[in-house]
Amino acid sequence: MTTAKDKYQKVAYYPGCALEGTAHSYNRSTQQVGKALGLDLVEVKNWNCCGAMEVKNIDPKLQTYLSSRVMAIAATEMKMDVVMAPCNGCYHNLKKAEYDLAHDPTSVEVVDRLSQKAGHATYQAGQVETIHALDWIMHGIGEDGLKQRLKGSLQGLKVANYYGCMYTRPRHIFPEKDKGPGTESTFKPHFMDDLLGAAGAVNVEFPLKTACCGGAHTLSDSDTSTKLVLNILRTAEAAGAEVIATECPTCHSGLEMHQVRAEKKFNQPTKVKILYFTQLLGLALGLSPREVGVHENISDSLAFLREKGIA
Amino acid sequence: MPIHEQSLIRPENLTTHDQLVVDGVDVSGHWSTFIQTRVVSDYNEAMQDEIAALPGGENVHRCWQCGSCTNSCTVNAINPEFNPRHWIYLVRIGMESEILRDKDIIWQCVSCNKCTYACPRDVVPEGVMKALSHWLELKGHVKPSPSMVFDEVFSEQVFQHGKIEEGRVMQRFFKRTGQSLNQPWLIEMIKRMLRHLPVGMLTKLGLATLVAPRTSGWSGARAAIEEYVHEQEHKRRRALGLDALIEAAKRDAGPATAGEGARS
Repeated sequence: MTTAKDKYQKVAYYPGCALEGTAHSYNRSTQQVGKALGLDLVEVKNWNCCGAMEVKNIDPKLQTYLSSRVMAIAATEMKMDVVMAPCNGCYHNLKKAEYDLAHDPTSVEVVDRLSQKAGHATYQAGQVETIHALDWIMHGIGEDGLKQRLKGSLQGLKVANYYGCMYTRPRHIFPEKDKGPGTESTFKPHFMDDLLGAAGAVNVEFPLKTACCGGAHTLSDSDTSTKLVLNILRTAEAAGAEVIATECPTCHSGLEMHQVRAEKKFNQPTKVKILYFTQLLGLALGLSPREVGVHENISDSLAFLREKGIA
Repeated sequence: MPIHEQSLIRPENLTTHDQLVVDGVDVSGHWSTFIQTRVVSDYNEAMQDEIAALPGGENVHRCWQCGSCTNSCTVNAINPEFNPRHWIYLVRIGMESEILRDKDIIWQCVSCNKCTYACPRDVVPEGVMKALSHWLELKGHVKPSPSMVFDEVFSEQVFQHGKIEEGRVMQRFFKRTGQSLNQPWLIEMIKRMLRHLPVGMLTKLGLATLVAPRTSGWSGARAAIEEYVHEQEHKRRRALGLDALIEAAKRDAGPATAGEGARS
């Protein structure tokens, strides 16, 4: 029988639009961590936007179609069984499309019609399994496997793990979660805690793991987003965190952007650093700060990481 | 008092008599405060169907008013006026005039899906908020919200090229909503972003704002999407009776419209 461990050694990689832009450091650190762990990533050919929140707001079925095209290419053109998306938005949308295509005949009809007209294979539910970068490392390597490959340590770095909205909600599109020991929890996710803990971090008790950063309106209703982000930053600091670890480009850039905005516009400065969990893992795996793109973040953590002896 | 009855005790719906004697008993002052008799006759009986015809609103009829949505709501926690349960109730009974009181904040839903996670009846309140925002715009009650403008700018690029480039989306959004890029916090953010970036990376970012990234072989998908969008727009206009509304408005405006027609 093929185990998750075997299946995840070589997966189709779907970076998504944000990872080619503002979240370049997430893209870079994900690929570098994969290399350091000996996991193979093959980028999805000619991929398109998953539809994000924006297309879903215009028409949810169009979002389903856009996401299905990515999965169709991975399944039919690339013959891959697993698609890995590090972006919470992409991951969520592919999972949602998978769910809709398995349960809603209208979605199936719309996707089939659009795929035929666009001239590519129609995606059939079940052809691929969509996973997040967290699943990929958790099941492909695991905490023990990670420990064996460590070249450094996060040295007791105090981390608040921030998972955001799209990784766990709504529950029904993640049928593999909440299945007991070894699986992810939608109520209190822990994969990031587990991995960073294995790499030597101390995870603080952070009650806002799945709170919302207001990413949907980061530019269209900035004051609301700043309030939500400031609450997250302050709560992390109050919990004793030196760093907030992220797993989503929208959350990450939202936290960075509104940390600056809160400071400049509302005179509410906060000190907590913001890093992608893959950047932290990469450092523990012996990669240099440049290799994991620490210099590309807005949140300037280089001096701090050096002082802690991590970089 | 249940939230949907709170409109009864708004100041404008109360009467207090300074001097009032009822059946020989003096009930002046506080004891003479009455809720005014009212007749609600302007229900929009089609409202639930109209919302259900828009994407996201399909399950609105399933709500049994438990309040889990409002209780879990991210936006409600910072603005108590933002109350999905209340709006869902109003949609179901067709109290359009009450909904219109909140027309300028409904679009502020952040789509965190906490409501959808909590809802025991699969109403998908997040979807209902989106349907309601669309409804307000389609019926002409509000101008497109900043969020809708953002969705459009974003989606246009996806439909056109298959993918987006964030810098372009941001520039176009600021332009279309008439905001300046010259804001201190934004400049500070860009400064911090550029601080450690190597020149090659800067050139790449700069180029991306000029030359849009695109998915190759996208033209077939683009045509399919455009056709679908057009078809769905037509379907929604019909579900909301918009064409009939416009015809009726034209008839009401009668002579003036005819006059303008003659001139042009």
